[in-house]
Amino acid sequence: MSLTTTFPRGADRSKPGPLVRLFDYKPFLIIVCLTPALGLLLVFLTYPLGLGVWLAFTDTTIGRRGIFVGLENFQYLLTDRLWWNAVFYSVLYTGVATIGKFSLGFWLALLLNNHFPFKSILRAIVLLPWIVPTVLSALAFWWIYDPQFSIISYLLVDVLHIRTTNIDFLGTPWPARFSLIAANIWRGIPFVAISLLAGLQTISPSLYEAAMLDGASSWQRFRYITLPMMMPILAIVMTFSIIFTFTDFQLVYAITRGGPINSTHLLATLAFQRGIAGGELGEGAAIAVSMIPFLVFATLFSYFGLARRKWQQGEAND
Amino acid sequence: MTDTEVLGRPAKAARGVNSASAAPDTMPWDTRARRTVLVYLPLACFVIILLFPFYWMALTAFKPNAELLDYKSHNPFWISSPTLAHIKHLLFNTAYPHWLMTTMLVAVGATFISLMSSTLAAYAIERLRFKGSPYVGLGIYLAYLVPPSILFIPLATVVVQLGLFDSPLSLILVYPTFLVPFCTWLLIGYFKSIPYELEECALVDGATRLQILRRITLPLAVPGLISAGIFSFTLSWNEFIYALAFIQSSANKTVPVAILTELVSGDVYQWGALMAGSLLGSLPVAIFYSLFVDYYVSSLTGAVKE
Repeated sequence: MSLTTTFPRGADRSKPGPLVRLFDYKPFLIIVCLTPALGLLLVFLTYPLGLGVWLAFTDTTIGRRGIFVGLENFQYLLTDRLWWNAVFYSVLYTGVATIGKFSLGFWLALLLNNHFPFKSILRAIVLLPWIVPTVLSALAFWWIYDPQFSIISYLLVDVLHIRTTNIDFLGTPWPARFSLIAANIWRGIPFVAISLLAGLQTISPSLYEAAMLDGASSWQRFRYITLPMMMPILAIVMTFSIIFTFTDFQLVYAITRGGPINSTHLLATLAFQRGIAGGELGEGAAIAVSMIPFLVFATLFSYFGLARRKWQQGEAND
Repeated sequence: MTDTEVLGRPAKAARGVNSASAAPDTMPWDTRARRTVLVYLPLACFVIILLFPFYWMALTAFKPNAELLDYKSHNPFWISSPTLAHIKHLLFNTAYPHWLMTTMLVAVGATFISLMSSTLAAYAIERLRFKGSPYVGLGIYLAYLVPPSILFIPLATVVVQLGLFDSPLSLILVYPTFLVPFCTWLLIGYFKSIPYELEECALVDGATRLQILRRITLPLAVPGLISAGIFSFTLSWNEFIYALAFIQSSANKTVPVAILTELVSGDVYQWGALMAGSLLGSLPVAIFYSLFVDYYVSSLTGAVKE
């Protein structure tokens, strides 16, 4: 049996052109394969990231090249009440939404992990809030939070008679803050639930069987088997969730645009307002860059805070 | 699937043990009631809450204005005389069809570029294996953790410098920055699952590496390619901040941005048209996704299991 007949297109091999041979040269092929991806990331990600940090130290505005002003932008931010407001709300938004998303998402994952009919259809339905464009579902929430025609107010006032007046969801600072957080939790539950469900399915049933033979209650099984086994995946999913919640933009921009009286500005929406809408590119960039320390801290905290358990339990069980 | 089936049974038995009676199967009614309260009831609440905004969106889109603003004489949870007026207004009196086309063009273009470059990158990192390949892989993946909110201001200046401001092409080129990292990561996982021996055999038989990629590795990675494609398409369709920052003229806007900036005007909101726009804008993604939901969930599951 000759080599040429075993591979169907072996005939090509008898006259390999120089180009074909060049593509068979491994280092060349590696460079060719990596160029598109790395090129895109260098031009549209690494370079802008560096440029953003540079802009933060200049007084660039739209249409005018800025000059280096050192820490001036950041010194200004420290005296800016709106920036402090945005920091406060970004932290609150991330903290409360993360707790909400993860407790409800974990619960939903545990529920979906049960055996019942139409399971796969249900899983698909549950993912919908995550699939549909955020701005479009945010508009639905805007309408749900309408001061006059809110369906929630209607339920509370006309159906349940718990309240006598409509709730002004978006017109007053604290209700507005929590309305946005609720919408964010709603959007985040599916992703958390499906990711954690995937994690739950990797836990070997024999662990539960053994625990049950030892007479462990369902709470004990959750506390001493499910939770520790889920820690690594929780750490990853939570790190992601924190990064993307802290830097969220769409939901706030679509529903309140930072109002009322700037109480719901996140750092990202404030950066947009100053940088793009207001034309102060340098200052906007400084606000965007001021997110980085928070992100690094939150990432380290969530990742190492949760992953630590895993290390302590030792490499033996992995 | 099989995991949960196995897992389901002991869990059910355990409830029997915990309840007053000692034997698991002697009190089926009790077990069923517990199960209803502990599983079905909360599950039903979750489904209702997760789906309600969509129901409300759809309901509003087909409600005549008279019913929309009158909760006293009409049940707000139902429509007595559905109308297509809002959708007609949206399709014929606004640039909505044009926005849909732009969004589709951007999503398809960005998905195509992302799939091409991340397939090649994943192939090089996982299959060609060179000295620094794990680091290159990690580097590409870390790029996913850089949020668009930090990048949009400097990227706007880059886009202006390239002369692409206000052009959908800018979005097609910029979206891969958040699509390529995830797709590459997903595809590395897929390539890993394909036995290396298949490629070795072909190599011994004299196939070139490009032939191997085209005829062996890619066909086997099709499920991974599909889920990476769905992921890219939905994320491109969803993207907001870049589209808001880089596009100025009404004609070039994508659906999410256009609805928010073009349809919301003045103090009186056209809720019917707004919700119709949201509904129509959600449908392509929802349909596209429902066609491939199994690929999607399984690859997400697979990626997480890694």
